[in-house]
Amino acid sequence: MSEAREYKYIGQRTIRPDGFDKVTGRADFGADLSLPGMIWGKILRSPHAHARINKIDTSKAEAHPDVMAVVTHQDFPAVTAGGFAVGEGQVDFKDLSKNVLADDKVLYHGHPIAAIAAKTEAAAEAALSLIDVDFEVLKPVLDIAEAMKPDAPLLHADLFTQGLAEQPEKASNIASRMELKKGDIEAGFAAAEVIVERDFSTPTVHQGYIEPHATTVRYEADGQSMVWCSTQGHFDVRAIISTLLSMDLSKLKVIASEIGGGFGAKTTVYLEPVALMLSKKSGRPVKMAMTREEVFRASGPGSATRSRVKIGARKDGTITAMKAELNYAAGAFKGSPMAPGCMTAFTPYDVENMYVEGYDVVVNKPKAAAYRAPGAPQAEFAAEMVINELADELGIDPIEFRLQNAAKEGTQTIYGPKLKVVGLVECLEAAKNSPQYKQALAENQGRGLASGFWFNIGGQSSVVINMKPDGTGTIIEGSPDIGGSRASMQMMAAEELGIDISRLTPVVADTEHIAYSATTGGSRTTFATGMAVIEAAQDVVRQLKERAAAVWNVTAEQVEWEDGVATNVASGEKLSATEICQSAEKTGGQVSGRANINARGAGPSFAVHLCDVEVDKETGKTDVVRYTAIQDAGKAIHPSYVEGQYQGGAAQGIGWALNEEYIYSEDGVMENAGFLDYRIPLSSDLPMIETVIVEVPNSFHPFGVRGVGETGIIPPLAAVATAVSDAIGVRMGDLPCSPPKVLKAIQDAS
Amino acid sequence: MAKTHVTTSINGEATEFLCEPNETLLAVLRNELQLTGTKEGCGSGDCGACSVTMNGRLVCSCLVLGVEAEGAEIGTVEGISNKENLHVIQEKFLEHAALQCGICTPGLIVSTKALLEENPDPTEEEIRYYLAGNLCRCTGYDKIIRAVMDSAVVMRGDA
Amino acid sequence: MVSVVYEAPDSIQGAVALLAGAEVPARPLAGGTDLVIQLQSQKNEPCLVVDLKKIPELMETTLDDEGLHLGPSMACAEFSSRDDIRSIYPGLVEAAQLIGSTQVQGRASVGGNLCNSSPAADTIPALIANKASCLIVGPSGERRVAVEEFVTGVGENCLEKGELVQVINVPRPAAGTSDAYLRFIPRTEMDIAVAGAAASITLDDDGTCSAARFSIGAVAPTAILVPAAAQALVGTKVDVAALEAVADAASAAANPISDRRGTAEYRRHVVGVLAKRAASIAAERAREK
Repeated sequence: MSEAREYKYIGQRTIRPDGFDKVTGRADFGADLSLPGMIWGKILRSPHAHARINKIDTSKAEAHPDVMAVVTHQDFPAVTAGGFAVGEGQVDFKDLSKNVLADDKVLYHGHPIAAIAAKTEAAAEAALSLIDVDFEVLKPVLDIAEAMKPDAPLLHADLFTQGLAEQPEKASNIASRMELKKGDIEAGFAAAEVIVERDFSTPTVHQGYIEPHATTVRYEADGQSMVWCSTQGHFDVRAIISTLLSMDLSKLKVIASEIGGGFGAKTTVYLEPVALMLSKKSGRPVKMAMTREEVFRASGPGSATRSRVKIGARKDGTITAMKAELNYAAGAFKGSPMAPGCMTAFTPYDVENMYVEGYDVVVNKPKAAAYRAPGAPQAEFAAEMVINELADELGIDPIEFRLQNAAKEGTQTIYGPKLKVVGLVECLEAAKNSPQYKQALAENQGRGLASGFWFNIGGQSSVVINMKPDGTGTIIEGSPDIGGSRASMQMMAAEELGIDISRLTPVVADTEHIAYSATTGGSRTTFATGMAVIEAAQDVVRQLKERAAAVWNVTAEQVEWEDGVATNVASGEKLSATEICQSAEKTGGQVSGRANINARGAGPSFAVHLCDVEVDKETGKTDVVRYTAIQDAGKAIHPSYVEGQYQGGAAQGIGWALNEEYIYSEDGVMENAGFLDYRIPLSSDLPMIETVIVEVPNSFHPFGVRGVGETGIIPPLAAVATAVSDAIGVRMGDLPCSPPKVLKAIQDAS
Repeated sequence: MAKTHVTTSINGEATEFLCEPNETLLAVLRNELQLTGTKEGCGSGDCGACSVTMNGRLVCSCLVLGVEAEGAEIGTVEGISNKENLHVIQEKFLEHAALQCGICTPGLIVSTKALLEENPDPTEEEIRYYLAGNLCRCTGYDKIIRAVMDSAVVMRGDA
Repeated sequence: MVSVVYEAPDSIQGAVALLAGAEVPARPLAGGTDLVIQLQSQKNEPCLVVDLKKIPELMETTLDDEGLHLGPSMACAEFSSRDDIRSIYPGLVEAAQLIGSTQVQGRASVGGNLCNSSPAADTIPALIANKASCLIVGPSGERRVAVEEFVTGVGENCLEKGELVQVINVPRPAAGTSDAYLRFIPRTEMDIAVAGAAASITLDDDGTCSAARFSIGAVAPTAILVPAAAQALVGTKVDVAALEAVADAASAAANPISDRRGTAEYRRHVVGVLAKRAASIAAERAREK
């Protein structure tokens, strides 16, 4: 289907259609909407990491003349619903309801307790101190290992470990256990001639989007309420709010603003239900926006982990056994991405014997949120570090070692399915042939490489294409655009319709103006919404052909369509799309095409990254001096935005590996809740990031697309940590490889 | 608290507003003047999303009080393009795909213009260090730097 | 009702009168890169903000035979664009240029950096190494204080109510003298110094160090002068062994804490590394003069 097809638009670097608004500041993000009569909401947050709430007294606040509404958990209806899938995770509504506003306990410093709406932001904030809360302060537990101990302070009296052979009697901080296996792990290690076993840790990190969460809402008692918010998935926001507040779906319209970054963490709700209740109680539209400090204290983060990985191989380089224990910190409520971590850890390898055990553990930190390939960076970091060490021990080049054991078509994964056609081998070959791999290292420099795997998802997308009387068209879709996807939609529609790309306008519609579309996440948008765009465009073509056939008094089968022009096969007469649309009134009315799909066949994306670093051995400081990101895109619709995903993922992974971590006091208070001391990479911290787009097409998509958004954050953790290890001659296993840690490793070794 | 009356010039246009003495210029731009192109990313001068120029100097508007704008010339992203056409820098950002989500873009465009007016022929390193106060989480900066270098070429007339 | 009042006097006497007569906390405002953030988190506390940028003497910096007369409210961006100043005090200028980002540089001032009196302030060690002093003016007249005496504790300095710094004076260095400032941060920009070291070095014609001054920052409640580091270098040809001795002296003089930016042990080690590297750079610059 997509072998060596000549494309007019696919593969070009067009100018994104929403670009003008973005570079002029005209694009409206979450905090940019104001409505007449709007007032401001602010949240009172817990000063304790762990405490029982005995009483919340809001009377003084309610009596204050500036205060127009006060809301606590008591204003929310009791939640009876269980859970449902959003993006790549599960939502438990009871937990979410308590996370949005605390019920009987506060479980992390910053946990929302109540909210106030007032005429100005300053007045709302000032009035928060009028709310009296009577706490019984409890001991917090912040560390996975501490939380797993039998005598650890318990966050939830009703949390019993799922996934054990017998239902436990005692409550625990271990929310669940998971086990995946393939083959015979004992036999696998018995057959190994060299075995490496190591422990690893990764810190709590934040997704780091530059736009804080923000929303403007208007509750309408007799009509349809409106929520404007920065989100990756406005349909799921609608579903979540309607469940939390017992509202019918029809009573709620959610508009996705432009979104200033999400990386998975804007697939849930924090402010929106609170703002709606404030709006309901005050009778006014309400705006709420988190400060950066609130974003760090009470949103995200990506789970901290502790893991142990053991891999055995024969001297000839055949891996015989792979084993892992992966422990994830879920934060205040269950639901870390432990499961996808377990599933992906060893998937780049075709090995007969595998065993992975995972634990989801609650701690007194903010509830973890999805972060770009959730769970996989942490798990694959540990696996790739051991793979690199094993390659060293065996004296085999790390690329050759991976090639020898690489997952490919037909490989049985540990989590069930067999892989279909995938591009890992091609990525490894590209790494071997890359200029970086051939470049010699200088003094104090080190090199590391790692592979990465992510499944990617399909799911529901709806698209309508409305053709106008002048032959231009509007593509209406429901996927919030987090990175330039409207450009790809425009290109795919133009390719399928055969008309000029400038005549098509993609629009991300709200929940009333397009049918359900799943959250922008899981690297699904170009794949699934793209598929729906193509199908809707095909529907338009079918109808345009029918209209032409009607004009010529032939059947539709006697009409050909190419490059936006219908040809009467018999007579050679032609009608352009524009002409057909201009006369649409006469042939039956305006033409709209549509598609409502549940896309299947998402193709996984493999990646291999190379990292060269230079370490200042007197201070432990690491500079990334060269970086190459190689990844399989299946088919790159817009190469610039595919490269952008590779580079962005690499930058986040480099930050995760070198400097990013939540620093907590003993009391469970985050000490670096700002961009000054939570150190994401700056422009001066990074070199140019070379990219290689490998294209091993995914036959389930008309153009061969594989999602690419997530895999790119996985390889950098081990690529960077291995490079640092190589530079200093000491194996690093605890992220981040911050200067004090690196210096200590150097000093301890000498 | 009594509000202060301030007279200033924004993108060359005489402007007046009322604000509290402790209100930042960022809050004034966004809430009093509805100039929402300038963004709040952190409120503490660490991310650059609120970058504007003040009397020709690049500053973070979250670190300036609204009252300090009295008699000053403020330049925001809304003033970068002329009424009909995008500025070269804006065009190059689009051409090089130097934005993904776009939230950092207004700040970067204002900062880039300030850079190139001060240093029309910067090296890659000079660009990276000048723009270090503008955080981007989406792009890894690569395409941004290329857009800036290409803008510099055109603005120097070397194209 | 909370009351924040903003005044912008156009004379030093006017500023002193406002600061001295304030019945609520009076906050002098120069660049605002520290104060404006503090005001946002103290929104409900009354105070008087006294803008010091409309007073010409505070905004001008001159260089003459005596040395540098540094206007304390002048923006670092303007200060560091002065090639005449940079050629004589390259370390002081590079310290001023390291504060924050380009945007912060557009507002932050050396005077503000000094009066904010953070243990990690970048300009303070460089000022101390260059023998800078402050002319302080207040209700009871003028007095002069050496910069190393000015800061008295974490976020505290010797200014009494009503006083402000009128000018920071840096004497002209002797022939064959140059300076350098280095700081350690985990990234390449933006971070608060984990450790900082400034060196001013005088070399004889034959390359022997005849005088030196070292000051280290972010490793004690205030920046400190390290006479032992100077002693380790004076009389030597700034060779490797002398530089190691400088490093040891700087590390020994440090009294750091452990916090989110670094452990005490790490800071103590790194400040030594910075001191010897700063010495090396200052010496190289002195040789070129």
